[in-house]
Amino acid sequence: MRFIFKTRYDQDIQLAKHSGHVWAYSLLLLLLCLAPWLMEEYWLAQLTFVLIYGIVGLGLMVLAGFTGLFSIGHAAFMGVGAYVAAVLSGHGVSFPISVTMAAGLSAIVGAVVGLPALRVKGIYLGIATLAFGFIVEEGLARWESVTGGNAGIHVKVVSILGWQANSGEKFYAVCLVLAVLCTLAVLNVLRSPTGRAFVAIRDSEISAQSMGIHLAYYKTLSFMMSSALAGIGGALYAHKMQFISPDQFGILQSVDLLLMVVIGGLGSVHGAFLGAIFLITMPQLITLGKDFLPAFIGQAPGLQAVVYGLVLIGFVMFEPMGLYGRWLKIRTWFELFPFYRKGMFKRQKSFQKSDRLK
Amino acid sequence: MSNILLSAHDLTVRFGGVLAVNGVSFEVRQGEVFTLIGPNGAGKTTVFNLISRIYTPTSGYLDYQGQRLSDVPAHAVAAMGIARTFQNIELFEHATVLQNLLIGLHVHNRIGFWRQMLFTPTVRDAERATRQKVEEVIDFLDLQHYRDTLVAGLPYGVRKVVELARALCTDPQLLLLDEPSSGLNVEETADMAFWIQDIQQDLGITVLMVEHDMSLVSKVSNRVLAMNQGEVLAVGEPAQVQAHPAVIEAYLGGSFNAANLRRKA
Amino acid sequence: MQELQVILSGVAQGCIYGLIALGFVLIYKATETVSFAQGELMMLGAFCGLAFVTYLQLPFALAVVASMLVMASIGWLIERVVINPVLGEPAFAIVMLTIGIGYVVRGGITMIPDIGTETHSFEVPYKDISFNLGGVVLGATQLVVIGSTAVLCAVLYAVFKYSRVGIAMQATSQNQLAAYYMGIPVKRLNSMVWALAAAVAAIAGLLLAPITFVHANMGFIGLKAFPAAVVGGFGSLPGAIVGGIIIGVVEAMAGFWLPEGFKDVAAYVVVLLMLVFKPNGLFGDKLRKKV
Repeated sequence: MRFIFKTRYDQDIQLAKHSGHVWAYSLLLLLLCLAPWLMEEYWLAQLTFVLIYGIVGLGLMVLAGFTGLFSIGHAAFMGVGAYVAAVLSGHGVSFPISVTMAAGLSAIVGAVVGLPALRVKGIYLGIATLAFGFIVEEGLARWESVTGGNAGIHVKVVSILGWQANSGEKFYAVCLVLAVLCTLAVLNVLRSPTGRAFVAIRDSEISAQSMGIHLAYYKTLSFMMSSALAGIGGALYAHKMQFISPDQFGILQSVDLLLMVVIGGLGSVHGAFLGAIFLITMPQLITLGKDFLPAFIGQAPGLQAVVYGLVLIGFVMFEPMGLYGRWLKIRTWFELFPFYRKGMFKRQKSFQKSDRLK
Repeated sequence: MSNILLSAHDLTVRFGGVLAVNGVSFEVRQGEVFTLIGPNGAGKTTVFNLISRIYTPTSGYLDYQGQRLSDVPAHAVAAMGIARTFQNIELFEHATVLQNLLIGLHVHNRIGFWRQMLFTPTVRDAERATRQKVEEVIDFLDLQHYRDTLVAGLPYGVRKVVELARALCTDPQLLLLDEPSSGLNVEETADMAFWIQDIQQDLGITVLMVEHDMSLVSKVSNRVLAMNQGEVLAVGEPAQVQAHPAVIEAYLGGSFNAANLRRKA
Repeated sequence: MQELQVILSGVAQGCIYGLIALGFVLIYKATETVSFAQGELMMLGAFCGLAFVTYLQLPFALAVVASMLVMASIGWLIERVVINPVLGEPAFAIVMLTIGIGYVVRGGITMIPDIGTETHSFEVPYKDISFNLGGVVLGATQLVVIGSTAVLCAVLYAVFKYSRVGIAMQATSQNQLAAYYMGIPVKRLNSMVWALAAAVAAIAGLLLAPITFVHANMGFIGLKAFPAAVVGGFGSLPGAIVGGIIIGVVEAMAGFWLPEGFKDVAAYVVVLLMLVFKPNGLFGDKLRKKV
């Protein structure tokens, strides 16, 4: 068991809560830096996708997990970022500028999408974001002069002042740097007044307001931050895929993103990356498992959908705190061994209509 | 002797056909504990909601430190120095007590978003200062045990205290307490009475409260206002108001005849 | 004249959206959960009808009833097994759960060899009938859709207003705890509501089948039913139908008069406009937390 004696406020303010954290995360960072040498190309590519989806997941986690605003059309922001990056790099614009523009434009679209959030809540907001998602997807398809329409466009490689990320390893490095920067940015915001304001809005808007939190400002900020992150992820996605088309950013992608944050664990930064790992490895596992299943199941086209659906149902029913929640429980079990009690993480259920009105 | 902190002038609130508050006027003087009493449905919490700008009066107005409150949006009320607690506790359930209290200091935050994202040394210093102030409130209300507990897991009595602590964290000049003793047992109510007195005397905060527990009201209040059905019945010292015939009638009804209440055998 | 044609087909399409929306509003009113599975249940209902008519060679009317019964039992089962245990979790988690159910249903149908992956035509007795009223051709299919929706609404109205079950459902939708105290079997009613919603989805599927043919991706139409429910106001049953018809007509008119692509987003533009001007929909109630 580890006892943490707190003698300075800094211990609560800093990111690493104790030396174990520092060790573990440093090791993780080291392994990630060494990955191009440790892994073969295919798996490095998958890891790159994990980082990309992790960045988008961070955005959705801030919006849905921390501010409580559910966005069912989030892939649209990814799409905006992807197209901005594609078009700008096609014109020879350097990557740092194109990715900043991608983030900026996505943030502006995010602010627009967030406008309904200032007036409506819950499912109405979800439907509004769903609607925006469809409109943006259609918009990308119709604006053929810029986006090439449904035929899609090719994306050039990342180029920064002449240096080109024209190999898997180099591109991985770019993604790793951005992923680390985005994660640090999000962690910093979450431990500052802004992050606390987000949580306040999630839990009780009325008392957040009476604490001086300007609801409209913070909700818009949350939308902008989350869509900027999705835009960065989208830009990286475009460079990775080297070819994008509007249908890659539709409802199915949006649902995948939601799946990612829910299975990862809503309300935690770890959850975004754990969810990304899940999203990328699940198809691999299904492919691997196909050979072990009887033909009529293994070869069926609907297998992936069924597995995804069952896993999602399973998590919501048995592990609502997601993968990160399960990890916390396992870690607590080890830390408190043998004093772990079954009901330690039980959450209060709310049934009454009056509880739901927020 | 002391100046007027808050004044209400002929407040009227109509919800559809229901007249919740009708022509209510009163003044709260700086440094006093002013209590609103009255049977349920009298409109007391509605008056609070008017002050916190959750509702807008149909007619009449509120002045706070010379400023007309009707021009102020709801989120700006805290910055003016008005804090409140809620009748049915409105804490941030999925956060710890410490985080709830830190949010209480939000209104004093001066640092912009970009610097927070970079977590510059200025931000770090501000976080330490915020934490220091929160710890002072925690010490004042003896909440040390509960710092890192999620609010969802706390007993009701403790939650009421956390709600009070959070309001104090905003460093208010006027504190609105909505039924501070409801749901509390005798010891907890006695503690609450001491805290209200300490808040008034040590912290110099003016307290406006809604209360049903008459012993608490008599113990801490300087002045009392009785309401019924949205209208003011009487204003004055606690003993005066409680002895006022209209107030007694409001609570107990007309001719109180115990025989009428006995069931026909 | 063509305008009338367009509007009529819009109304018919809108009735389908309205029926699907009716399903979610029923579930939302009773259990405060939003179900994203209605579209897929509709698709399943259409496949049931296909199975009964084409493969089991049942007479049409019997196939309809049988499909409704099968879907009602599936709805009941889903509620019992999957929804009931998670009631009380945050609303968003339940939404994700229903999305998961939708995935399972869609994937499951696709897994049925040969049948799942193909598009099938659906034989209905009124398929080739049409009426010619002064130059306007009215397909019987569309009239049946509109007529059935009207009949269904009347039946549901009567059930909710006059039958004990209906009144009990209204009670649970307004205050579950009070309903429990009054001796209403809330859990059983919740299952019944899901069964009812699934049966309504089945009817929608059977009505849609002759128009779009039966295939595994039919369920995506369900996504358009959400704007319908929001336009009508999420807690209102007549609102769902009205909302659906509005969306259907706007969509049809957009397809006719506006350039390509607008038809697909028309529903979403309407819902956004509605949220700007009347956030609670046409018939919805404004829910405010009382502090």
